[in-house]
Amino acid sequence: MATIQSVSANKIVELNDVFRPSKSLGQEAWSRLIRNRASVFGMIVIGFFIFLAVFASVISPMDPLELHGGKKFLPPPFDQGATNIKSEPEYLLGTDSLGRDVLSRTIYGARVSMVVGFLPTAIILLMGTFIGMIAGYAGGRLDNILMRLTDVIYAFPDLLFFIIVMVALRDTFIGQLMNGLILLFAALAIVNWVGVARLVRGQVLSLKQKEFVEAARCIGVKDVRIMFRHILPNSLGPLIVSAAFTIPGLIITEAILGYLGVGLRPSTDSTDIFITSWGALMLDGQTAINTQPYMLLAPAICVALIVLAFTFLGDGLRDALDPRMRGTQ
Amino acid sequence: MVTYLIRRLLWLIPVIITVSAVTFIIMRSAPGGPWDTSDDRRQVDAATAKSLAAYYGLDKPAWRQFMAYVIGDTNSQTKEYVCGMICGNLGPSYRQRGRTVQNILFAAPEGQTFWQSRFGYSIRLGVMALSMAVFIGIPLGIIAALRQNTIVDYTALFIATSGISVPSFVLAIFLIIIFASRLHWIDIVVDDWSQVKYWFMPMTVLGFGTMAYTARLTRSAMLEVLRQDYIRTARAKGLAERTVVLIHMLKNALIPVITILGPALAGLVTGSFIIETMFSFPGMGRAYVQAIGQRDYSMIMGTTLIYALLVAVANLSVDVIYVFVDPRIRLEE
Repeated sequence: MATIQSVSANKIVELNDVFRPSKSLGQEAWSRLIRNRASVFGMIVIGFFIFLAVFASVISPMDPLELHGGKKFLPPPFDQGATNIKSEPEYLLGTDSLGRDVLSRTIYGARVSMVVGFLPTAIILLMGTFIGMIAGYAGGRLDNILMRLTDVIYAFPDLLFFIIVMVALRDTFIGQLMNGLILLFAALAIVNWVGVARLVRGQVLSLKQKEFVEAARCIGVKDVRIMFRHILPNSLGPLIVSAAFTIPGLIITEAILGYLGVGLRPSTDSTDIFITSWGALMLDGQTAINTQPYMLLAPAICVALIVLAFTFLGDGLRDALDPRMRGTQ
Repeated sequence: MVTYLIRRLLWLIPVIITVSAVTFIIMRSAPGGPWDTSDDRRQVDAATAKSLAAYYGLDKPAWRQFMAYVIGDTNSQTKEYVCGMICGNLGPSYRQRGRTVQNILFAAPEGQTFWQSRFGYSIRLGVMALSMAVFIGIPLGIIAALRQNTIVDYTALFIATSGISVPSFVLAIFLIIIFASRLHWIDIVVDDWSQVKYWFMPMTVLGFGTMAYTARLTRSAMLEVLRQDYIRTARAKGLAERTVVLIHMLKNALIPVITILGPALAGLVTGSFIIETMFSFPGMGRAYVQAIGQRDYSMIMGTTLIYALLVAVANLSVDVIYVFVDPRIRLEE
């Protein structure tokens, strides 16, 4: 503001500069993101599924656990299919092997996928960032240990690790917590934090050579403050993008484990929040692939949609946060 | 280069030992053992279980069992020294008694070639899926890059993005429902895998994700090369478009694509177990899933180790291939 009064020659130009609302880096990225149609679509789909997950008990037309006697394998009203069982209009996607409403169960399944997507990702990000920062900043032995650990974890085929852990520890105490969800979170976090730690480490290694870090050090800023106030905000971009790609990976993993019968245990207790997962639903459905394919199709389409949505969002985020990469990936 | 390779190969040893230690610890912390959780619920009585455990050395302390697995140990009944993992002996299967793990995985049924073994089946499926990925993915990526921001590009990108996003087993569900359940074009349950037509579905399902990834990678590499000065030079001196694209562009654009082929193949072979289970394919992955259900410790250990070794060697191959295809890169470290 002071410049306006003192300099008169370029007044109009200056005024223009001053009165254009200044945008922070985050706002710039956001406006680039919402101009990308695919990522807006992604965000809408993700929002829709979060909405389903939160309000599952209100939205679902029926009780997902209620057994409708004599109404097994009802086909949905819009597709009679090959069976001669007559469909009923109130079961929009038909019923399963015990006469439970497929649509309601699928809606409840969104809960597990959302929680499995977001919660372990949060743990992974926290753990990975913390360890990666320290390893990158301090270097030395800790850095070495981290790199060797990554070698081991990268060599371990991760799905096999999840399967072994889930099978082995299923009947133990942690395996019982929340129908096995806690164990699943732990297994997912143990494998995936390493990738984030490596990413952050790389960022820190390149950023700590930069002039602004040097300047901060010159004026006597403490190491911890340099790490969290100067280096961390500058490495947020790649972190956010990697989170956007981690979440769908976790959702797929949960679905695969559920499909193999080693994921979340479907519950029959109506007080449970997490009743069933899309993977478990697909496992149920594959036995009835000819009579009632919608038991399989409904959760499969949901998994495909949510993963597609996250991929679109991740692509959009990468373009938005790093415009140089635009259109090349 | 040679010292680097040797160092990397030596580094595989602790990696493999750590992987086996982790698998060992997790498996042993599982309640139940190979004798009591059977699919048909047939229990082995206590005395038999005890003598079986003694025969296989399962009554010894855990650390000794682990050492026996890695290095080898003297069998308590036959008093013979049996060499462990370091001799390539993956131990006897606890479930399919009388057969060793390497026998189950690598030996073909009598009178047939190696390619008829479980490992051979998985490798063949992986190679087929990879060739599909390469022969469709690379041209798709090239065409998309050459026609950037046209309808062709968008279509290719859409196929690629959905191929990356849709998990292979979900794709398998869609295809099975459409082609097997509704249109009756193919059979779901196949007993005779010697006929080529049955391989088409598992191959497509398995290779689609890699194909999409290859297409995206090719496209982005091509786009980068497209803007280089030497391409302008090549065009300026009047070379035919075909020469520019096939010789000048492709040679440089394919470097990143070639380097991912090793890990991609490893990923396809190790990642195929769910597809193998869905299509009842007689490969290594289905044997692995069965072994987990049956608590067949040595089988789980052995298969995990082979998978880990495959992945590690594939990752190593990236660095080596890089040196050969890109003279600008040298291995130092």
